Amino acid sequence: MGARAGVRRVVRFLVSLVVLMVASFAMVHLIPGDPVRTSLGPAAPVELVAARRAALGLDRPLPEQLFTYATHVLSGNFGTSFLTGEPVGDVILTRLPNTLALALLATALALLVAVPLGMWTAVRTENGRNRGTDLAFSAATGAAVALPEFLYAIGLVAVLAIGLGWFPPAGMAGPATYVLPVVALAIGPAAMIARITRVETLRELGKDYVRLARAKRLPAGRLHLRHVLPNTLTATLTVGGLLLTSLIAGGVLVEYVFAWPGLGLKIVESITQKDYPVAQGVILVYGAIVLVVNLAVDLALGALDPTSAIKEA
Amino acid sequence: MTPPPSTDPPVPGMSPAPGTSPVPGSPLAGVPDGHGPVSSSPPQGRKPEAGGRSRVGGPVRGRWLRGGGSPDPGPSRAGRFGWVRRLGASGVGGVVIVAGMVVLAVVGPLVWGEAAGRIDAAAILQGASPEHPLGTDNLGRDLLARVLVAGRYSLLLALAATLVGAVAGVVLGTLPSVLPRRAARLVTATVNALVAFPGLLLAMFTAVVTGLGARGAVLGIGAAIAPGFARLTQTLAARVAGADYVAAARMLGVPRRRILTRHVLPNIAEPLILNLAQAFGGALLGLAGMSFLGLGVQPPQYDWGRLLFDGFPRIYVTPEVALGPAAAIALAGIGFNLLGDALARAAARTSATGAPAPAPAAAPPGEPDPGAVLEVRDLTVAFPGGLTPVREVSLSVAPGEIVGLVGESGSGKSLTAAAIGGLVPYPGTVTYGALRLGGRDVATLSDRELGTALAMVFQDPLAALNPALKVGGQLAEVAVVHEGASRAEARRRAVDRLGHVHLPEPERLAGRHPHELSGGMRQRAVIAMGLMGTPRLIVADEPTTALDVTVQRQILRLLREVVDETGAATLFISHDIAVVGELCDRVVVMYAGRVVEELPAGRLAGGAAHPYTKALIASLPDLDTDRERPLAGIPGAQPGPADVGPGCAFAPRCALATARCESDRPELAARGAGQRVACWEA
Repeated sequence: MGARAGVRRVVRFLVSLVVLMVASFAMVHLIPGDPVRTSLGPAAPVELVAARRAALGLDRPLPEQLFTYATHVLSGNFGTSFLTGEPVGDVILTRLPNTLALALLATALALLVAVPLGMWTAVRTENGRNRGTDLAFSAATGAAVALPEFLYAIGLVAVLAIGLGWFPPAGMAGPATYVLPVVALAIGPAAMIARITRVETLRELGKDYVRLARAKRLPAGRLHLRHVLPNTLTATLTVGGLLLTSLIAGGVLVEYVFAWPGLGLKIVESITQKDYPVAQGVILVYGAIVLVVNLAVDLALGALDPTSAIKEA
Repeated sequence: MTPPPSTDPPVPGMSPAPGTSPVPGSPLAGVPDGHGPVSSSPPQGRKPEAGGRSRVGGPVRGRWLRGGGSPDPGPSRAGRFGWVRRLGASGVGGVVIVAGMVVLAVVGPLVWGEAAGRIDAAAILQGASPEHPLGTDNLGRDLLARVLVAGRYSLLLALAATLVGAVAGVVLGTLPSVLPRRAARLVTATVNALVAFPGLLLAMFTAVVTGLGARGAVLGIGAAIAPGFARLTQTLAARVAGADYVAAARMLGVPRRRILTRHVLPNIAEPLILNLAQAFGGALLGLAGMSFLGLGVQPPQYDWGRLLFDGFPRIYVTPEVALGPAAAIALAGIGFNLLGDALARAAARTSATGAPAPAPAAAPPGEPDPGAVLEVRDLTVAFPGGLTPVREVSLSVAPGEIVGLVGESGSGKSLTAAAIGGLVPYPGTVTYGALRLGGRDVATLSDRELGTALAMVFQDPLAALNPALKVGGQLAEVAVVHEGASRAEARRRAVDRLGHVHLPEPERLAGRHPHELSGGMRQRAVIAMGLMGTPRLIVADEPTTALDVTVQRQILRLLREVVDETGAATLFISHDIAVVGELCDRVVVMYAGRVVEELPAGRLAGGAAHPYTKALIASLPDLDTDRERPLAGIPGAQPGPADVGPGCAFAPRCALATARCESDRPELAARGAGQRVACWEA
């Protein structure tokens, strides 16, 4: 990606951020009726509702509220929880690392398993060799891709935690508690990455440079790792990056299953309990993470792929 | 002849909206649906579908998306039961599961509705038992009955969400083609931004706004599906909009809205509808997820997700109460995914490969020809299904000699070269009476010896160089791998070789990537790569076809120079008999997998004996050719490897052919010095 394309990409990112902020601001105002009344319930005294409204600035004109919201968000002030009175910023700061840890570990695990698996299968099944391997791979990854992570999570809890007692079923306390959530999150993306790696590898194996490398009688390891692998990585990493964002969302369900003290569990709680400032803040942070990851993937691809300068032209 | 790698690429990459994944089937981005991003980059996979394409259960959806703007005859047009074959085993499995689900949705509440609602205070919160195979809930209601009854509600909600998403998506996707430009761009940008957003976040956002409940969840999941559909619609519509008939309608002044409804929408309807199965599966799982989080269906209503929500806290004591609904969700998810996959694949239309044929027996090796560097006798390449694209080819090349191998596409010349280099792709089998390089059987040569003794030059130098590696490194590795040279030493030699093929500033070039070089420079670099070892055989497969005419000359001159210098035997493969006549010492003409004539290049113009060779030469225009007359061609077409009869393969196109030519195949027979011809009539 040339410098200009990069700048354009960053500008688009900033615009998206602004839109996201406006959307999260609008969220509370789109709720039919009075969110404070909805939150406090019909029995709450009128004075309390009015006081809460004033404290939240909901009695001010909309543009002023948006401006206040924007300045607050930019200074890290996400408001306070209706229920606990805790600053939302603090809630996010304590929970975000736990969510990111799950997502990053799961991405790493998925890549580590899937890229070698996909390449190996491609090499083994090139031009229709080893149909058995081919069928097994397609069936296994097809099934793995078809199921959502919360079912894996429930299955893992039922079998490995409750049935066999090998891992703790819930909570976050020590390395052992990471295993099941990370695995549950990683299965789907791993199957997906393995399929993409395989298709990409098969495509590369048919190219002339591979024929030439074979004519040079390079050893198989060198041929596959040094020649083929780098050419498959662009697509694989693109998908890996996009999957990272989906892992952040998928993490909501997994966190719920494992009672993982992350943002996902918090957002579910806050929506069920109508704790709107928390829901608003967490959605804003989630959205921002997605935008940042997408930006990072694009910029990294621009830097990684030596031919992308041509593609831009 | 090389079978193409049997799949289309998923083509993610940088195309139109970087960092987006327009996958309609996956409202929760956390639920990968097994498909790569649909891309609107140029169709790369439009070669005729090769055998084996069906095998690749690749993460590629929407191959049919790239099939151009023409209306796509759908599975419905296949013959009776044809759909079974086209869907494949997994597709049929999907159909069975989905059909079962539909039946369950229809009859479930009728049959088990009463049992599902029967409150039994004596049987509260039980585990599995003979009366209650999945246990009971907090009111003593039978959970198996509830799971069976919940099917209808789960499917209906998913259907509603799919329709909401599809309608909203198609509207969003077609808006840009009827709105003024500025508004259109705004819509497109919004869709692009939303597509990149995890569906679950959109769904939660919607759920917050609309309040908890089935309505909120359906709208939320619908909102999550919509951007993917919008993107798909846009991509498809853009393709159709480029078609000639739409351009014609536009020229005739048909209003845009009418073009949209009459021309565009009908032609993209089928892929969109095929996508619905996938989107439906995604919606089902998404809704289950929302209900499982307590954000979807609320009591007293229940769907599978809600049953899971209720059962999950009890998983420690009675896992079956949670696993029952989980299994239902899993089964439905797999069923719709299989069906959706199969629909997409069926539309891609595949063909099957034949059974392997027995390999032909090899002729006994004879005495080596002492004067030849390369000696090939009775080389045959066979593929499964009785295809034998190369048959009993014999040829020899002396040191420093350039032998041209000419023939039409499909005559087997490239495959002959591949067989000599040991590069015939699986499942091809190579047999030979003799295949000797420097007097030794190729099979006995080590990789090291072959790797340094064989140099290959391909048609497209850009494809022949690895795009990810620097040019210098690709050259140097031959020395590193085969000669144990140090990296610095190998690099020094690489730079030297690059200079040797007259590349300017070889030092700088070595540090460049292939795409930074021009076509001619790349081809020089490939030749330089062959010079890293001590080439005894150079196989140049159409090395100038992809290059400019002026560059062609330079490359041919370089090749001659390299051959003179190294004394390597050279096989120069070309369909251009003029180039061959100029460059080569000797010419071997192939037709339908066999050598039909072999002669010194100097005799091409006057001494060619075989009618095919003559026809090839006659088809060349030169300065004397009457420009008013149509170019001479050879009537008819070369038979495919499966269609060769017992007689001379050229007989059907030959003016001299007799009854004998049809029934008996002429062998190559000497005809004067250095010439051999396989023809009865020549």
